[in-house]
Amino acid sequence: MKINVNYDLCEANAICMAVAPEVFEVRDDDNLYLLTDEPAEELRPKMEEAVRRCPKQALEIEG
Amino acid sequence: MKPLVVVGASLAGMSAVQSMRSGGYAGPVVVLDSSPEMPHDRPPLSKQVLAGEWDLDRAGLPMARNMSELDVDLRLGVSAVGLDPDSLQLSLSDGSTISAAGIVIATGSVPRQIPGEVPSGVFVLRTGADSLALRDELDRGPERVLVIGAGFIGAEVAATCRGRGLEVTMVEATEVPLQRVLPADLGSFVADLHRNNGVDVRLGVGLDSFLADASGAVRGVTLTDGCEIAAQVVLIGIGAVPEVSWLEDSGLALLPPQEGGGIRCDESLRAAPKVLAAGDCASWPNGSFNGERMRVEQWESALEQGTHAGKQMLFEIGAGEDPGAFSTVPWFWSDQYDAKIQMAGRADPGDEVHVVDGSVAEGRFVALFKRGDECRAALGVNRPRLAIRARMKLAETLAWDSMLELFDQ
Ligand SMILES: Cc1cc2nc3c(=O)[nH]c(=O)nc-3n(C[C@H](O)[C@H](O)[C@H](O)COP(=O)(O)OP(=O)(O)OC[C@H]3O[C@@H](n4cnc5c(N)ncnc54)[C@H](O)[C@@H]3O)c2cc1C
Ligand code: SF4
Repeated sequence: MKINVNYDLCEANAICMAVAPEVFEVRDDDNLYLLTDEPAEELRPKMEEAVRRCPKQALEIEG
Repeated sequence: MKPLVVVGASLAGMSAVQSMRSGGYAGPVVVLDSSPEMPHDRPPLSKQVLAGEWDLDRAGLPMARNMSELDVDLRLGVSAVGLDPDSLQLSLSDGSTISAAGIVIATGSVPRQIPGEVPSGVFVLRTGADSLALRDELDRGPERVLVIGAGFIGAEVAATCRGRGLEVTMVEATEVPLQRVLPADLGSFVADLHRNNGVDVRLGVGLDSFLADASGAVRGVTLTDGCEIAAQVVLIGIGAVPEVSWLEDSGLALLPPQEGGGIRCDESLRAAPKVLAAGDCASWPNGSFNGERMRVEQWESALEQGTHAGKQMLFEIGAGEDPGAFSTVPWFWSDQYDAKIQMAGRADPGDEVHVVDGSVAEGRFVALFKRGDECRAALGVNRPRLAIRARMKLAETLAWDSMLELFDQ
């Protein structure tokens, strides 16, 4: 499973970070960073939730 | 087999449908909405769509992207007009009735209107159609746009209009914007933000009357201080009221406005057995805030409540586990100019404000709201990481000292 962020859409509001801080991190420069772009399979439900919650529809799961 | 019926196909309603389906319920689901078209996701309506950056189509609800998978009997343009909680019967605007196995009420809220007739060119903003109608007027290049009300929607429309290079006047009846939610010094931050971006902000004055030309098109307004303002487009942004008028004879408990309004639910969002409410129309005792009754008009809360209502419904009909009580730390964001405003929790104008990071002057800060020995809310401006950390902390505990520790590091 791979996570893609569309940085043109992402506004770094960190909603995904509240769902999965182990994967998403918004830093002090106000940009979103992926701590891993291939999260472990057991994180899939969380990743799906992050995709669903992202108000900008900027996240995508591949595979 | 009697269907589960969801009234309202917007964020809370569709989240409930999605959660019933992902909880394994394969039986019939009927979804009703008064709107003739599928409701849009609302936040972009005052931002990207109004700015002309997005087509309306792009502002679809996230969970409506796979409607066919959700397999629902979707009835658009049909309103629920009555509900009997004992027999679980719904009466519909087309004269028909539905006998349901369970009902989720997600009828949201509607903009508060100005009483009496208004000229053409006066808008409210709630739906995709509202946003397009307003955008069409903005495309014609009015000399001035007047925004009545400096709440979040009014403020976002003002900012979007400035972004389009239009002249804007914003009128607010209270002395400080957002007086009902924010202490005065932070409300003035909002007023200054708009002034610095070229908005003519008038505080402490209200609308007296509209001025219209012979064709009935708005030409401006007279304010309560006697000033006349010429404007060809007027947006009314004076808040929303929960859409529960259709439930007045239902026997369900509805709260009066002074108690926040909405449908009175228990901690599991139950208005009656097998009758649940979610989103802008629901009031419930929030376990994250010592059981304080809340009604929240915010995106994430509507999504979370809808998701909970779906699970709770499956439990009520014996098709799922008890999801427990619903509790949340309300979370709101608003984009105005280059300010990303985020708020977690529930602030009260009487709270003590502590700026714990950055400064109001530089437009980057986190402010905490203290009541007794509790932190009740956190407001971040251009501080998303810290704002979200504060939210996570509030979800853990309201204790003031633990919140401070987060910022001492
Ligand atoms: C312009 C705008 C911008 C916003 N921006 C933000 C933001 O930036 N951040 C944020 O957190 N929140 C924002 N919000 C608030 C957020 O969109 C709402 O909290 C959310 O839409 C609530 O969802 P809901 O499903 O409870 O209700 P609603 O979205 O109000 O939907 C209720 C639905 O029920 C239908 N309905 C009503 N009565 C009946 C009936 N009797 N029978 C059948 N159907 C009925 C309506 O047609 C409607 O489609 C914004 C709102 C607006 C209007
Ligand atoms: S939730 Fe979406 S918009 Fe917000 S930071 Fe994450 S990816 Fe970006």
